Amino acid sequence: MDFSALVVFLPLFGAMLAMPVGRAMGYRAAELLTTGLLLFAAIIAWFLFFDVALGGNARTIQLFTWIGSGNFQADWAIRLDTLSAVMLVVVNSVSFLVHTYSMGYMKDYGEQSRFFAYLSLFTFAMLTLVTADNFLQLFFGWEGVGLASYLLIGFWFKKKSANDAAIKAFVVNRVGDFGFALGIMCIFFVFGTIQFDEVFQAVATNAVVTPWNAVAGAPIQTLNITFIGAEYHALTVIGVLLFIGAMGKSAQFFLHTWLPDAMEGPTPVSALIHAATMVTAGVFLVCRCSVIYEYAPNAAAMVTLVGAITAFFAATVGLLQDDIKKIVAYSTCSQLGYMFFAAGVGAYGAAMFHLFTHAFFKALLFLGSGAVIIGMHHEQDIKKMGGVKELMPFTHILMVVGTIAITGVGIPGLYLFGAPFGTAGFVSKDMIIEGAFAAGEAGRAFGYFAFIMGLLAAVMTAFYSWRLIFLTFWGPSRAPEAVRKHPHAVPDTMMAPLIPLAIGALVAGMAFYGNFVGDKSEQFWNGALYSAAEQHDAAAADDHGVVDDHGPVSAHAVADDSHGTADDSHGAEESHGDEGGHHVPIWVLWAPFIAMLTGTFTAAWHYLRGDPLRPGLLRADGMIYAFLKNKWYFDEIYDYLLVKPAIAFGRFLWKEGDGKTIDGVGPDGIASAVAAGARRIVKVQSGYLYHYAFAMLVGIAVLLTFILIRAGGGQ
Amino acid sequence: MTESFAGQPWLSLITFAPLFGALCIIARRMMSRTDENGNVAAAEQAQIDNTARWVALGITTLTLLVSLGVYVLYDPALSGYQLVEEVEWLGGGINYKMGVDGISILFVLLTTFIMPICILASWDSIKNRVADYMIAFLVLETLMIGVFCALDLFLFYFFFEGSLIPMFLIIGVWGSKGTKEFGGISMPSRVYAALKFFLYTLLGSLLLLVAMAWMYAQAGTTDIPTLQNFEFSAGAQKWLWLAFFASFAVKMPMWPVHTWLPDAHVQAPTAGSVVLAAILLKMGGYGFLRFSLPMFPIASLDFAPLVYALSIVAIIYTSLVALAQEDMKKLIAYSSVAHMGFVTMGIFTGTKQGIEGGLFQMLSHGFISGALFLCVGVVYDRMHTREIAAYGGLVHRMPLYAFLFLFFTLGNVGLPGTSGFVGEILAMTGAFKVNSWIAFFAAFGVILSAAYALRLYRQVVYGEMTKDALMEIPDVDRRELAMLGVLMAFALFLGFNPGPALSVFSPAVDVVIENYNAAIAGVGH
Repeated sequence: MDFSALVVFLPLFGAMLAMPVGRAMGYRAAELLTTGLLLFAAIIAWFLFFDVALGGNARTIQLFTWIGSGNFQADWAIRLDTLSAVMLVVVNSVSFLVHTYSMGYMKDYGEQSRFFAYLSLFTFAMLTLVTADNFLQLFFGWEGVGLASYLLIGFWFKKKSANDAAIKAFVVNRVGDFGFALGIMCIFFVFGTIQFDEVFQAVATNAVVTPWNAVAGAPIQTLNITFIGAEYHALTVIGVLLFIGAMGKSAQFFLHTWLPDAMEGPTPVSALIHAATMVTAGVFLVCRCSVIYEYAPNAAAMVTLVGAITAFFAATVGLLQDDIKKIVAYSTCSQLGYMFFAAGVGAYGAAMFHLFTHAFFKALLFLGSGAVIIGMHHEQDIKKMGGVKELMPFTHILMVVGTIAITGVGIPGLYLFGAPFGTAGFVSKDMIIEGAFAAGEAGRAFGYFAFIMGLLAAVMTAFYSWRLIFLTFWGPSRAPEAVRKHPHAVPDTMMAPLIPLAIGALVAGMAFYGNFVGDKSEQFWNGALYSAAEQHDAAAADDHGVVDDHGPVSAHAVADDSHGTADDSHGAEESHGDEGGHHVPIWVLWAPFIAMLTGTFTAAWHYLRGDPLRPGLLRADGMIYAFLKNKWYFDEIYDYLLVKPAIAFGRFLWKEGDGKTIDGVGPDGIASAVAAGARRIVKVQSGYLYHYAFAMLVGIAVLLTFILIRAGGGQ
Repeated sequence: MTESFAGQPWLSLITFAPLFGALCIIARRMMSRTDENGNVAAAEQAQIDNTARWVALGITTLTLLVSLGVYVLYDPALSGYQLVEEVEWLGGGINYKMGVDGISILFVLLTTFIMPICILASWDSIKNRVADYMIAFLVLETLMIGVFCALDLFLFYFFFEGSLIPMFLIIGVWGSKGTKEFGGISMPSRVYAALKFFLYTLLGSLLLLVAMAWMYAQAGTTDIPTLQNFEFSAGAQKWLWLAFFASFAVKMPMWPVHTWLPDAHVQAPTAGSVVLAAILLKMGGYGFLRFSLPMFPIASLDFAPLVYALSIVAIIYTSLVALAQEDMKKLIAYSSVAHMGFVTMGIFTGTKQGIEGGLFQMLSHGFISGALFLCVGVVYDRMHTREIAAYGGLVHRMPLYAFLFLFFTLGNVGLPGTSGFVGEILAMTGAFKVNSWIAFFAAFGVILSAAYALRLYRQVVYGEMTKDALMEIPDVDRRELAMLGVLMAFALFLGFNPGPALSVFSPAVDVVIENYNAAIAGVGH
């Protein structure tokens, strides 16, 4: 067996061994074991990154069959291509750093063995997700990370709020999985297979497919199917259903409500699961299925729309949060929105690039926040902090690094060694915003909308990120004296992992620009992200753009050109949104930068002059303030419209449906009718127990009589 | 060598071995010494009880071992009936005929596997009339194995209906306390539950008997394989289908004839619930697949929309009802009805994935639901209440229990990696092929199951331990760990590698589908 399979299984061994080892040899042994295994896994992941992504050595390791029922075949496999290699690096590296960090963080809390077992379990599930070679294994990992997330959010199971948040996360994710599962069934219905290679190949080549029981097949790109009562374009149905799954996992608008509550989990969990890895699984899914979205423009439009709205919405809510972790959580939600609308406009390379860079700076911000929380005696309200800079200077520097990365500090238009000059977030976010503009330019649905939402969100990102820094670290301290005088010491195991993350937050954008979105991208992705550009001529010849379920032909041409893998050979008429932005107008290049400055200065103007807690632009009793403070009232609306009615309806069905109607008319009703008879039965004490036996005997007697008569008649 | 082995009446042996065990217990009791008043001394009674326990455990374990041997003789690659035995029985073409195929063999194994666990589960918790109890269980095992092996219509009926008697007694005699108003009179709740069980099943079984008699009159035989190829007229199929449906739907149970199940589960002793959930419910699904689909294919096709509708209602309705439950056993009982909805839905799609999904779901539900009832039994034995609100924070005192209960809760939720997932996704995939609406509605069960199962788990296991009564509650002992551990191993193994079960189903399911498609093609559907 290829030893690279270990990259997936080492964390599983850690998960299985942590509790027994912890019990036998103490929690320190469990911590070292799981962290050590993760270190090995991370080393293998980086090796594979060089081998598979940079070396072009893509392959799939087949393990054994999982489910085989007729042609419904799903294998356990490890698919290694550039997309999974990137995810392997992100997941294993961040997971290793978070494991290390947790050795310090969990010291105060106890139950380390269980915690590390869950962390490793999560890592394993996430790795099976990214290395799947079919939709069902992906779904296994998908639900597996959901389980680990449930266990870790509810890690402090004594707390009611933690338990509520855990269940909420699981159930809301299940709403998404509802769509995902139907998507898998729909894929099987249409293609007769759920293998990635077969499905993607069929879509890319516009193969003739015959849905189950259909009279005749049709080319997949123009195939229509009947889905819940109406006829739709098959790829659009699949794309939308899969995206509903992605919305749940990646906390997109409508299904985002679980993510802020998930902050009930220990902070390392927030960094690993609810920032760097699990929540990006939805983006990964859309990128994995890029070929489907390329030929389902309406589904892609939905991705763009939801992503853009989320980017904006989450940023607005982030403006007024006081809990340090919730600010970062809404920020995550918003950044995920960026990744989605990038994917929606066809800039898959940019989406994956932002996923990659975001892992660094968001993990840094979360872990840095965790250090602050420990230092401040488990305080999370930034209004009760201030002046932490003096107490925790090193943490302050790291948090500022994370902040300049997420807000996107850099110099527009300056290129060094072929890459834009700036922090990781600057490089990747600008790619996305320019990509959206280019898509809008070319008429792709919601391109301009995403561009504008992205810019507005960038203003707010800068505002709330700096607000966090100013309120937490700067100004006079508002903490109680005991905290101010004796901040908790933060152990080295917590600080050390922040350093590589900080380096990544600064330079990962510049270092990997060429590969993810720049001139080397086509060779880098090696077909893992679908390049419609390569299929351009053939597709045009097929005239696939004119059927009614598709967008206009021009939208297709844009899809082909504006995404990250387009290469220079496509001529001057195309707007290469992702390639350094040199094909978009100069103001578009500067717009994100100006947005960032606007947000930064607004925050500075308010929080660095006078009392930072004084009322700001919004009146505290005003409607907009209340609207934002209450997170657009989503929780209240859902509770009122869905949760309460479901339970009340369940009660109603139980008492009125089962109790009064079914039993009332059925057995109880009959019983009343024969009450007199029943009374007699009861009088004969315990006779009723044998009543049935008697009935059975009568039955057999009738049967025997019948047989005897028949047998006699026959002879 | 193998020939001569295979030629022996192995199926009869495993069917009647438990009955033999029951006779041994009766014999032991008849030999007991009594005083002049005919009463048995306490010490003597204890000895009889102990003998009954050990005989029951020994004979069910032996049956399990022999059934594993039978499985070795069984060739899963073949499609027809194997290990067939046939001797003349009642005359007139009604024979004693036994045999197994890919559809039934695993349910025979499931039965022989679950029974020793049931005996173990009753080891300490049953204190009065132990010998009677063990006899009831052993007789029940004989009848249940018989159901899955019978290849003659009337033999099947004998086992199928007969199995109700010991179950009726188990609920009525060893059920829990409490009273209930029924028909204007007050009676013990367990008797109410047993009577309800009886009323429902009586209706179904009378219709079944009439239909069988009619079939015998028409076809002149009660041989099941022959009847499976006998083409009843389309008009006759309709009535026969409905008569069989009445019986199997109650057994399943399908909505709206499901209300006996929560009461029966609540009142039954733990092992009774386990055997009810794990085996007895499966007889309905087995019946659909053995009789309805092969013998009345045209009616099955015509009535399929009815089955889909009832299945979907079952999935959504009972899941919602489960959300509102306050009694642990009732909640799991309602979730059983919802899970059985996936089975009926899958079977009547007539597709490979649907039928195999339904079969697999039945198998998986046997492990997971059985284990969940055991989990309730573990705390019931300690606290003597099933009320959810009486618990909370058990994880502090019972970490191992918390782990096991979590696993089975997740299995109930259908998490991939547990056997619960495989059946659900296959059944829904089959349903999607027929009509995406069915899969669409069924998929709501995926959301709701998470809600009610995790709510139950949260309220029982998580949170602070505030109830004084719980402070000294001990964790699972070795006996309980062994029972739950082995069930977990199966649910996990089949979750990651369902192939061993699916490949056994496959040849038999292919035959069913082939005949079904041929029959409906024949009438131009």
